[in-house]
Amino acid sequence: MYDIVGIESPDTLEAAIEMLSNNPNLKIIAGGTDVLVQMRNGALEEIALLSLRNIPGMADIRIMDNGTISIGAMATFAEIFRSSIINEHLPVLSEAAVSVGGPQIRNMATIGGNICNGAVSADSATTLFAYNAELKLLSREGERTVPIEEFYAGPGKVNLQPAEILTAILIPETGYRKTSGCYIKHSTRKAMDIAMLGVSVVCKTAGGKFTDVRIALGVAAPVPIRCREAEAYAIGKETSSEIIREIGRYAVRASRARDSWRASKAYREHLIEVLVFRALKEAVIRDGGEDIG
Amino acid sequence: MAFEIVGKRAVRKDAAAKVTGRAKYADDFFERDMLVGKVLRSPYAHAIVKSIDTGKAKALPGVEAVITHEDLPKLKYATAGHPWSLDPGHRDVADRYILTDKARYVGDGVAAVVAVDALTAEKALKLIEVEYEVLPFVLDPEKAMLPGAPVIHEERPDNILGATSEEIGNIEEDFKKADYIFEGVYETSIVQHCHLEIQSAYAYVDADGRIVIVSSTQIPHIARRIVGQALGVPWGQIRVIKPYIGGGFGNKQDVVVEPLAAAMSLAVNGRPVRFALTREECFVDTRTRHAMKLYLKTAVTKEGKLLSLHMKPICNNGAYASHGHTVALSAGGKFRLLYDFNSMKYEPKTVYTNLPSAGAMRAYGCPQIFYALESHIEDIAREMKIDPIEFRKQNLISVGKKDPHSDIVVRTFGLRECIEKGKQLIKWDEKLEKYKEQKGIKRRGLGMACFSYASGTYPHGFEIAGARVVMNQDGSVQLQVGATEIGQGSDTVLSQIAAEVLGLPYDMVHVVSQQDTDITPFDLGAYASRQTFVSGAAVKKAAEEAKRKVLEIAAWKTGLSIEEMDIKSARIVERKSGSEICTLEDIAMESYYDRLNAAPIEGNASANVRTNAMAYGVTFAEVEVDMETGRIEIIEIYNVHDSGVIINPLLAEGQVHGGVSMGLGYALSEQLLFDTNTGRPLNNNFLDYKLQTIMDTPDVGYAFVQIPDPEGSVGQKSLGENTTISTAPAVRNAVLNATGIAFNKIPMTPQTVFEKLKQNGLL
Ligand SMILES: Cc1cc2nc3c(=O)[nH]c(=O)nc-3n(C[C@H](O)[C@H](O)[C@H](O)COP(=O)(O)OP(=O)(O)OC[C@H]3O[C@@H](n4cnc5c(N)ncnc54)[C@H](O)[C@@H]3O)c2cc1C
Repeated sequence: MYDIVGIESPDTLEAAIEMLSNNPNLKIIAGGTDVLVQMRNGALEEIALLSLRNIPGMADIRIMDNGTISIGAMATFAEIFRSSIINEHLPVLSEAAVSVGGPQIRNMATIGGNICNGAVSADSATTLFAYNAELKLLSREGERTVPIEEFYAGPGKVNLQPAEILTAILIPETGYRKTSGCYIKHSTRKAMDIAMLGVSVVCKTAGGKFTDVRIALGVAAPVPIRCREAEAYAIGKETSSEIIREIGRYAVRASRARDSWRASKAYREHLIEVLVFRALKEAVIRDGGEDIG
Repeated sequence: MAFEIVGKRAVRKDAAAKVTGRAKYADDFFERDMLVGKVLRSPYAHAIVKSIDTGKAKALPGVEAVITHEDLPKLKYATAGHPWSLDPGHRDVADRYILTDKARYVGDGVAAVVAVDALTAEKALKLIEVEYEVLPFVLDPEKAMLPGAPVIHEERPDNILGATSEEIGNIEEDFKKADYIFEGVYETSIVQHCHLEIQSAYAYVDADGRIVIVSSTQIPHIARRIVGQALGVPWGQIRVIKPYIGGGFGNKQDVVVEPLAAAMSLAVNGRPVRFALTREECFVDTRTRHAMKLYLKTAVTKEGKLLSLHMKPICNNGAYASHGHTVALSAGGKFRLLYDFNSMKYEPKTVYTNLPSAGAMRAYGCPQIFYALESHIEDIAREMKIDPIEFRKQNLISVGKKDPHSDIVVRTFGLRECIEKGKQLIKWDEKLEKYKEQKGIKRRGLGMACFSYASGTYPHGFEIAGARVVMNQDGSVQLQVGATEIGQGSDTVLSQIAAEVLGLPYDMVHVVSQQDTDITPFDLGAYASRQTFVSGAAVKKAAEEAKRKVLEIAAWKTGLSIEEMDIKSARIVERKSGSEICTLEDIAMESYYDRLNAAPIEGNASANVRTNAMAYGVTFAEVEVDMETGRIEIIEIYNVHDSGVIINPLLAEGQVHGGVSMGLGYALSEQLLFDTNTGRPLNNNFLDYKLQTIMDTPDVGYAFVQIPDPEGSVGQKSLGENTTISTAPAVRNAVLNATGIAFNKIPMTPQTVFEKLKQNGLL
């Protein structure tokens, strides 16, 4: 059951930081699609909540003067996959957003909650890794910006300081300009499911060669990861079927998959190889390349 | 027979109530000061409860009562939703208490709390101190039968709940005569019904001291009896009310929450207590579908004639009997009337293990049996290089076939037409040719599977149904039925039958959807695809009685004989000329207000249906297998049914959609998993239990071959459960066609497909 002892709904960020600083036990709630589930499972007891819903502007999606795209932490997945900015510049994030849960969940679930919850299966995380996203965090000490890769600390753990709020996700222009990409979520069901493996690739090509490749995996290690070795191998290589297959094999090296009743290590590693190939192949096609089979 | 209303796409009687949210389910009823009950469950798969200290829990403010087995009568009872048997040898196995003194699976209820709200109740559960003596446990039925295995119930030291052997002809002789002998082993997994509305009941003691239980049940009259037995209270002291219910699929053909709900209320002086399960509890503490391992051995002549079949299913029953061995026994009676074997031996064993109890689930053992049988038949045909459809066709039974054990005779047999129709729908020949030499990553294949099923439980079971028709002043009627509407559409179909018989427009039949054991005619409830066939007979009888009374008044008024008149569109007409004599309203008004002869018209009937009708059908499936990821996609799927006259095509199509979707989950993704080291459930929630969503469900095609069955009140046979029987083997056979790999275990999840592809050197 929902063991809630109180809820605060401040209408400014400053007030929210103040409340959090004064009461370290306050639990932030955004869409509540993780918090409430944890509460119902008995993982959170006698909880006082702090809701971010009344703070204006926290769901804004915009392009700043320097070309950086800023996505408010409170933007829901429904807002994200319908946003023209996202669809034009970060289509892979749109693809990831629409893969989340079902319509009701996408209407409630926020991208900030998805990241701060720290799940390795978070559908937005892999893609944000691939776009080189940064996180804007605010606390009494002020604002800090950290690359998303540094934010993940372990399964379900993130480097959020006490009384700190994620306000926005920033994608610098170099992260997305002239890129193509693809997100593949492998799950048993086509909706209302968590990824057994998530593969997100973002790449740039020139003259039939890869000039930039970023590959991120979800559920391949305790936290979402980038496949640096595979990425390095790809640079300057032709966008051919053999090369992309090889990149898939390299990607497996970055993973630390394990056996569980949900899927075996062998199967996950096999999927990494196959799905990195498929995602990158699709990214090349979307980039105007041909279907290399 | 020409029908006016039967056969029409009449809109469901409950459609408006359900889509507007006005339909009230058990959870929608409130009583003043209602308390909430919760259960403390064993964390061990097998453990003796040595002592329970409830002191701290009782001291928590807001806690009204804490009960354990010590507070309840030491009465063992059986929970299966079967009619009571006057013959003690024919009764269900009584092997459980309301709260146990020995946990037999993880989740077994050992104590219960009644508190002012759910949160307080849950906090109190944590304060109950239980001392357990942990015992070794067993999850696998074959291991449970080995000497030295942990004994789950003292009464059954070998853990065998039921073991039977039925032989027709002489299999030994036929196996000697055989040109070929084939063997196969097939396995199915534990799955659950996943009805949207979870088991929920509330109970209170009314002003007359009687126990009233409002429950989401398929079987109110049976529930009343079982609660009486569990509590040791005369059955008449109990009243069970069944409001609208959100699905059951057999899981509510069992008495799961009602006895404890009543015990909770009794523990607080009869105050109302709500006892509703969570989804996580529902997965472990209601019922499941028996996982079966089936050993098949078949004798065949070189011409491809099926000579003999020896089938030995091992059924994993879990911790308590519930429907137990009846499931396997009943399924045995159903598959025997499909292929014309010269001899057959059926030897099922049903075994206790330390798992949640298996019970009734849509098609009662047949999805398991037909998965095995239709996979096996496919394998034999391939082995013998005979076209699998031709092989089946040359071995089908024909009209007049009689099962020597049940004496059921096949009166109508439309399966051959069903097969032809299915072949055309899926474009079988054309596609088979096209998919012959595939090399790519995505490979397509076609498969099919047949089934046979009964309409109700006769003669193994007893089939009684009740109905009452009460005519209003305007000639409309209330129809009261003991049959329970659980979403399958029985209220609608039974109203159509009543309207047809009475010559009324469909809208003039007002069905009383709620069952109340104090008021409702006696009927066993919703199960075994019996309502249309069995309860339909009672409705027809009650409607005929009311009609006769109407015509008696008309005869008295006109001087015509009853036989010379009829009722058409709520008018009394002369049969010969068709001319109107008077309105039905005229007659109804006289029945109410004629100073001399007033006697409002009612028809009251109980039907003891001592017959059965075999129904048939087939599934045709086209799949695409991703040879790299192991994913199986359904491209097209068709069910073609021989269910006699289809009373309402709209509802029949709905049954097919639901049944096939359930069958696809069975084939591809659903399975309840347990930790073999602890016996704990791993995936008792909808995140990890992969019930299919609408996004996973393909368009489902259907067709009906309608041959009126002479024993159906309007020519009907069963349909509801039938729709889910042949899906899994058809998909399995299609995957075999696509990949050359035979999957002898379901579900065929991407992980298992990956493993098989590897084993076969395809990856
Ligand atoms: C039925 C269902 C299906 C789901 N399907 C998917 C799926 O397909 N893919 C997927 O990735 N996830 C899925 N989820 C999980 C969940 O919906 C997502 O993780 C979602 O993005 C969480 O966002 P929220 O706004 O609901 O977070 P909340 O539940 O409100 O919060 C999550 C966590 O983040 C913290 N938090 C939230 N916002 C901030 C902030 N701005 N600053 C600091 N901390 C913050 C909270 O304190 C909490 O710890 C599903 C959940 C459900 C119930």
